[in-house]
Amino acid sequence: MQLSIDGKSVTAQTGEYILQVAQRNGIEIPALCHHPAVEPSGACRLCMVEITHADWGGWKGLVTACLYPVQEGLIVSTANEKVRKVRAGVLDLLLARCPESELIQNLSRQYGIEKTSFIPRPEPDLCILCGLCVRICEKIGASAISTIGRGIDKIVSVPYETEENYACIGCLACATICPTGEITFTQDEQTRSIWGRNFELVYCEDCGIAIGTPEQLKHYSERSGLDMSYFTKCDRCRNREAAARFARITF
Amino acid sequence: MKNSKLTSPEKLARLKGKLLKQRQKQRPIITVCAGTACVACGCVPLTAAFREALKENGLEDKIEIRTTGCHGFCERGPLVVLQPEGIFYQQVKPADAKSIIEQTIQNGELVEKLLYRDPQTKQVLTHEKDIPFYSKQMRLIFGMNGHMDPTSIHDYIALGGYAALARSFLEMQPEDIIEEVKKSGLRGRGGGGFLTGKKWATCRKAPGEPKYIICNADEGDPGAFMDRSLLEGNPHAVVEGMIIGAYAIGSHDGYVYVRHEYPLAVKNLNIAIEAAREFGLLGENIFSSGFDFDIKVSRGGGAFVCGESTALMASLEGKIGEPRAKYIHTVTSGLWGKPSTLNNVETWANVPMIIEKGADEYAKVGTEGSKGTKVFALTGKVNNTGLVEVPMGMTLREIVFDIGGGIIENRPFKAVQTGGPSGGCLPESALDMPVDFDTLTEIGSMMGSGGLIVMDNLTCMVDLAKYFIHFLQEESCGKCTPCREGLRQLHHMLEKVTRGEGGVEILDDIERLCMVMENASLCALGSSAPNPVMSTLKYFRNEYLAHLEEQRCPAGVCKDLITYSVIEENCTGCVVCKRACPVDAIEGEKKEVHKINSDICTRCGICLAVCKFDAIFVE
Ligand SMILES: Cc1cc2nc3c(=O)[nH]c(=O)nc-3n(C[C@H](O)[C@H](O)[C@H](O)COP(=O)(O)O)c2cc1C
Ligand code: SF4
Ligand code: SF4
Ligand code: SF4
Ligand code: SF4
Ligand code: FES
Ligand code: FES
Repeated sequence: MQLSIDGKSVTAQTGEYILQVAQRNGIEIPALCHHPAVEPSGACRLCMVEITHADWGGWKGLVTACLYPVQEGLIVSTANEKVRKVRAGVLDLLLARCPESELIQNLSRQYGIEKTSFIPRPEPDLCILCGLCVRICEKIGASAISTIGRGIDKIVSVPYETEENYACIGCLACATICPTGEITFTQDEQTRSIWGRNFELVYCEDCGIAIGTPEQLKHYSERSGLDMSYFTKCDRCRNREAAARFARITF
Repeated sequence: MKNSKLTSPEKLARLKGKLLKQRQKQRPIITVCAGTACVACGCVPLTAAFREALKENGLEDKIEIRTTGCHGFCERGPLVVLQPEGIFYQQVKPADAKSIIEQTIQNGELVEKLLYRDPQTKQVLTHEKDIPFYSKQMRLIFGMNGHMDPTSIHDYIALGGYAALARSFLEMQPEDIIEEVKKSGLRGRGGGGFLTGKKWATCRKAPGEPKYIICNADEGDPGAFMDRSLLEGNPHAVVEGMIIGAYAIGSHDGYVYVRHEYPLAVKNLNIAIEAAREFGLLGENIFSSGFDFDIKVSRGGGAFVCGESTALMASLEGKIGEPRAKYIHTVTSGLWGKPSTLNNVETWANVPMIIEKGADEYAKVGTEGSKGTKVFALTGKVNNTGLVEVPMGMTLREIVFDIGGGIIENRPFKAVQTGGPSGGCLPESALDMPVDFDTLTEIGSMMGSGGLIVMDNLTCMVDLAKYFIHFLQEESCGKCTPCREGLRQLHHMLEKVTRGEGGVEILDDIERLCMVMENASLCALGSSAPNPVMSTLKYFRNEYLAHLEEQRCPAGVCKDLITYSVIEENCTGCVVCKRACPVDAIEGEKKEVHKINSDICTRCGICLAVCKFDAIFVE
């Protein structure tokens, strides 16, 4: 199907969202809670764009690009004045929430905001509550973290913060996906620590680098159906071995 | 009861005939309201006292006692109405049971002290129907409440219940029902005012099985209790509406999502569902038609936002009750991703009436765009508070002054807030506006679920807006930025205004923030949250300006801007205020003029309340 984004005619497939199509066509829309690895959620509200349609009798409105399904003949404006005003307002609010986040500072600057016009949060952390960490952890199948509380008191946390409920496998996916660097972890020769817990490490049989935590590898094995013996080497060594085997077969 | 299954509409009609015949012979009835409010006021011991008194006088078999659902005038509870005459006794205590039986029932004399006295005309009124609170109402949905025991399916059937269901199955195809509901113009009573028939039609056509029918009884608006009272007082009407809807849409699974704090509603609803199953009106093969439908009751998640359609469905699925984007409608993909029809309690209760009377007859009541009646929870500074049901299009003035009996102590009316916490505040100039969906939206408020809070000149509109924003801030689910962060900042800004800080410029900042919240919030909680602020800014801007430019709170509410002082001419030196002041801010000897030290005074207002000589002055 065809639609128009900022006056440019673009092609899209049923089931796609505006954001995907825009990105594919080199049109940039700021999006903080979106990641191709997880389902969109529409939490940050930064990817607002204005839409209208020839058949809508002049009606237009703002929607989130990450969640709005494309349709034939849709007319999208990603950077008009209204859109920029609303995005600036959202960024101003995020900057008040996380004044120390470089990501938010940089984005805000693009919208002419150097300092928030609101009252900054006392004792701010770097969490913008995009929910990416929760969604990736759920996708991995651990569901070890979730948001708790509501409104301004909402935080991302290990459920009830008790031992029994501790489902974290120490895979670091949440820390990797977190756009602001709020989730931190440490790792030395022996241990990896995340979410207040220490994990042992498993090392590659061949080269000796750390390849993960025992919990993480067991989880991967259970989910993929691959035998635990598969997870005794790091990806690099496993690939090297496979390449060597491949070489033997062909020659 | 053995084999009570009503396997056909004819059997239902026969049962009704039998019940009516029994009832004609029947004796006078003492109806005692047993709604939540009247239970709280002691109707349970009152009912026991009636039974006792009947027994003492040997009348157990001659007089029936019927405990009913809420009559709407809870403020006057416990209520007792003697039928068939309709003699209305209010604030009845267990000790009064004996005199009612001995004087009224046996001797036909009225018990004067229990009769209702109109606070305005001071007239004493005997019959329910003559009391202005009731006489100006049109109780099409609520009227049944006072006439039946909600736990008795026989009562409901005797009053014509389930006849609409029989008619649907006997004479109508599913499409006919949807057509009829469309033609009736019924719009959802839960807030949005969406056309019910249209919703049903889309859901029926939507691909996907199974389809779900859901009743929204989350009722999170503080002060609203119409849905609770309907479920408590007339649960069968809701059940019947849902069965008709299910048949029309082609659904076999229904849910009622009831607010957590409504134990009596859940109890009565479960009794009704159980009875309907026993009578074959729910379950398999309803009226031998081959159509199956059943209802499950689910307790709510306990948050205001869980009443929002997508959050409600998430909660029903056992997930966190957070809204999601509705670019794909729930009628197409709702509960568990299946086509789902969600309607409010009151919406469902309208359905049997539409089918029974026919759409044309139903649509005679109301305005062009809003048909039928609407139940409101009338509260605030009016003389009569309670649940009132009026035809759509009645003016706010009629509701506030004729039914509500005007403002307490005849103080000046200032504003009426409609639509719940995220509704708007309307000024005196809006009093003659007809109350319907479109008019309310046009003038900057909304129908919402039907809260009506009346305010007098002692209410500060800035403080009021701050109150609602605080409520919403607490109830925001916190998922999206504009609502979560915006409400917090909006509350900060309003706090500043109530302290007289920020200068006039702060109003521009407030308006800009409201614009962002309206446009960017994920669900209607956030996008409608600016309403109380924007509407007070529109109609009561001067009050904001008084705070900001003159550091003055015209209503004398905002503590940082008021001082309490003693009017010397009025003060008799009675010492009452001095004794009452919790912080010892008042000085003065007996019989001498007192003085308030405003450095110590915490503006608690106690002295104002206790002074008998109007000698305390607030400015
Ligand atoms: C924050 C919020 C709370 C809501 N709470 C309720 C509620 O308690 N009861 C209700 O019937 N509808 C409530 N609604 C409206 C529902 O989302 C939905 O529109 C309604 O139940 C649909 O039924 P209707 O068409 O019969 O009105 C709420 C909406 C929002 C945004
Ligand atoms: S490190 Fe733990 S919390 Fe983070 S994604 Fe992995 S399992 Fe989930
Ligand atoms: S911790 Fe990071 S990923 Fe998780 S919600 Fe906060 S900002 Fe997003
Ligand atoms: S608007 Fe408020 S209640 Fe609705 S999703 Fe956003 S944060 Fe939650
Ligand atoms: S307002 Fe309260 S604190 Fe102030 S003088 Fe009166 S009683 Fe005392
Ligand atoms: S990226 Fe679309 S709402 Fe966050
Ligand atoms: S509960 Fe008795 S009148 Fe409302």
